Amino acid sequence: MRVGESVRRPDGAAKVRGRFEYSSDLHAPDMLWGATVRSPHPYARIKAIDISAARAMPGVHVVLTHKDVTGRNLYGLEIKDQPVLAHDFVRYWGEAVALVAADHPEQARRAAQALKVDYEVLKPITDAEAALAPDAAKLHPNGNITRQVKIRHGDQSARADIVVTGEYEIGMQDQAPLGPESGLAVPEQDGSVELHIATQWLHVDQEQLAAVLGLPPEKVRLTMAGIGGAFGAREDLSMQAHACLLALEAGRPVKMSYSRTESFVGHVHRHPGRLWYEHGADRDGRLVYVKARILLDGGAYASSSTAVIANASCFSCGPYRVPSATIDGIVAYTNNPPCGAMRGFGSVQNCYAHEAQMDKLAAELKMDPVELRMRNALQTGDKLITGQTIDGPVPVAELLKSIAAMPLPASGEGKGGDVDLTKLPGGVSNTTHGEGVKRGVGYAIGFKNIGYSEGFKDYSTAKVRLFTKDGKARVEVHTAAAEVGQGLVTVQAQIAGTELGVNDVVVLDADTNVGSAGSSSASRQTYITGGAVKTASEAVRDRVIAMARAELRAPSGLHIENDNVVTGTGKLVVPLATLLGDEVIEETREFHPRQTFPLDAETGQADAHMQYAFAAHRAVVDVDAELGLLKVVELATAQDVGKAINPQAVEGQIEGGSAQGLGLAVMEEIQLKDGVIRNASFTDYLLPTILDMPPVRMDVLELGDPNSPYGLKGVGEPPTISSGPAIAAAVRAATGRPITRVPIRPHDLTL
Amino acid sequence: MKNELQRDVERVSLTLNVNGERSQVLVPVHKTLLEVLREDMGLTGTKHGCELGECGTCTVLIDGRPELSCLVLPVQVEARAITTVEGLAVGSELHPLQQAFAELGAAQCGYCTPGILLASRALLDVNPKPTRDEIREALAGNLCRCTGYVKILQAVELASTRMSS
Ligand code: FES
Ligand code: FES
Repeated sequence: MRVGESVRRPDGAAKVRGRFEYSSDLHAPDMLWGATVRSPHPYARIKAIDISAARAMPGVHVVLTHKDVTGRNLYGLEIKDQPVLAHDFVRYWGEAVALVAADHPEQARRAAQALKVDYEVLKPITDAEAALAPDAAKLHPNGNITRQVKIRHGDQSARADIVVTGEYEIGMQDQAPLGPESGLAVPEQDGSVELHIATQWLHVDQEQLAAVLGLPPEKVRLTMAGIGGAFGAREDLSMQAHACLLALEAGRPVKMSYSRTESFVGHVHRHPGRLWYEHGADRDGRLVYVKARILLDGGAYASSSTAVIANASCFSCGPYRVPSATIDGIVAYTNNPPCGAMRGFGSVQNCYAHEAQMDKLAAELKMDPVELRMRNALQTGDKLITGQTIDGPVPVAELLKSIAAMPLPASGEGKGGDVDLTKLPGGVSNTTHGEGVKRGVGYAIGFKNIGYSEGFKDYSTAKVRLFTKDGKARVEVHTAAAEVGQGLVTVQAQIAGTELGVNDVVVLDADTNVGSAGSSSASRQTYITGGAVKTASEAVRDRVIAMARAELRAPSGLHIENDNVVTGTGKLVVPLATLLGDEVIEETREFHPRQTFPLDAETGQADAHMQYAFAAHRAVVDVDAELGLLKVVELATAQDVGKAINPQAVEGQIEGGSAQGLGLAVMEEIQLKDGVIRNASFTDYLLPTILDMPPVRMDVLELGDPNSPYGLKGVGEPPTISSGPAIAAAVRAATGRPITRVPIRPHDLTL
Repeated sequence: MKNELQRDVERVSLTLNVNGERSQVLVPVHKTLLEVLREDMGLTGTKHGCELGECGTCTVLIDGRPELSCLVLPVQVEARAITTVEGLAVGSELHPLQQAFAELGAAQCGYCTPGILLASRALLDVNPKPTRDEIREALAGNLCRCTGYVKILQAVELASTRMSS
């Protein structure tokens, strides 16, 4: 298991055998099942709650309302504005109002239905612009603006010869991890609680739970249960507090497991947004200024909205040199479902807009769209619109060159009888033989930050232990980092194996018995937790070498290779197991990347981000404009990953991330009507299937960031940013239609 | 409503043949095969992603054909051969599909994997050398949110090559 090798995942065998234990598989003797009573209204005042009928139902042990929340009935990642159980108002459809625990899940669900809540229904605000109106009802004490970000960079009165404007709209996407929210809370005699949970960040759950339960943090212990995908959906609390409250009250373990429908209201979504852009350029195609107003709908509660709008604003212009920028980003509270983290985190929405603008500019200038992008490509040492000088590799031009040079797929333009109907948009259910099918090619590039930003403290903790087991050296790595499927367990084992030269490396289950690892988000874990494992492993190694030198009077320049301590020339000094004997060498280290700073409130200027990552996509689509059908024929992508710690996992991230971008471009949208989700199922909320996913061509660059461990860059999010905008561009190229909204609907192609 | 809930739940005694083993279960008639496998037989390898026939994570084989266990009642499949993911490996020997999925990183979070393995197994049993399009067709009902399906396709192909050589 060495860095740079495509090694197998340590959890792979259990996963293919069906033995990997997900949070929904957990079971405790004597456990009860919890169910949630949810609001049927997007906005209402709670007049009264009557639990008596629910309490009298068979099998019911506990019914809880806001009155039973033992600590503070408010939580939130950035702003504590969301009640664990609604007390005065409900602010979105599906908000949790009460809880039930019963012997059987069906009994719990029936009792939840029997619980009576008397609502005074209010008129919901379901549009972000309407929420900003001066006379709009205030959904929260400080008004409806969750955060406003202003970026003022360069000459604010800059003028340009060529000006293009556009307005773009992005629908609400769901992370749709296949494993619905679930967990098991086990109360202990001493009033503490043990929660087994699939989460992206154990410690922040613990901190929030301790406050909600009114317990000291050490009385709320969390252990990671197997995670069936996350993508941002598991960053906020869902059923964590509910299960703990029920278990503590009942004095028995309580399991909660959401249905798919409940999952749609049980986690936050990607912010839908409206974006207005104006680009000014000179006649050679060099950007002079960008003005933008970005309005995101944050829904009923803040979640991570404040950070999402910062990203949407900071990366609003794309990876280009922009001498002057005037950007206003606003995220507003509404009575729509709350929005927060989803892979790409603010950079997905703006990439649709800035890339459409670049294509418009290219058309205006009669220039090749790739050429125009190259001409404006950001380079190392350039200043971003936030005033930060970008360091490390900035391969914007290289990535564009790479995707433009890849061979195009064979033409699908079928004429005559030899058309393979299954290859057409709509497949064999198409009613034509492809007469109206047009092919289009589109390009997009995007970037975003890796790790936390704006002074938010980013660090991770790793404990590394070296000892002898059955006559052989073994390393145990313990962190609290969430393996959400991305392959972090493999990366941790590879790093410890590489630094310690030991073959037997075991990554222990993540829990709160070790310091925080931060969240599995912002594409940060390989960098930050990887960095912590590296640092702790190096500390263990230093002690081993010192031990060898002291005990064996060995020369300097020793290292460990293949379970042996060897000299600089590779000669065996002593087998590690012999040297260690009964000794256990253990080191715990924190890893802190470089500091970041908050955006200035008036100008948005700051060294706000720690690392930047870039990806580019080329999409080839076939569109049947008469029937309103489209098919993505191929995606080609290039991404700089700095250093691929596990090349196979990197490919998996790029393929999977590209698929999620494709989903938003052509099919995925939570459809709302007056604040009510109309498609909370996989029948109506469409996810890309294997038939929708085209082949992916890929160029993975390893340019090495001098600031990071092994030179790596975060990998997970960039592919989700540019794949969709490339598809939208390809559809524009095929149809000549403006395509200003995603997901693209049939009538966007036909009417 | 209260009366309805308090009525005795009708239970049936059934013999299910799961992974070559016959076992007697006493279960409420309305429970799905998915629930009985997971809750009454402790076979949690079969996953639930929607329980409405939309995602494919609950796929099992019934007499060799893939079925969505969330849409099947145990009474319908009494005495028929049910295969779950736990029945794919022979002892410690992984099925070539399992081997290929683990090797190529076709399971990321792995939640879709049991269902996809069984759907693939059903395909290879009747069509040992499927084309890419045939694999796609066979797996069209199985969602995966993590992989973008690329490595899943490659893994099925690799298993097919190994099994037919
Ligand atoms: S759980 Fe059966 S198809 Fe989704
Ligand atoms: S590997 Fe996560 S859903 Fe397929």
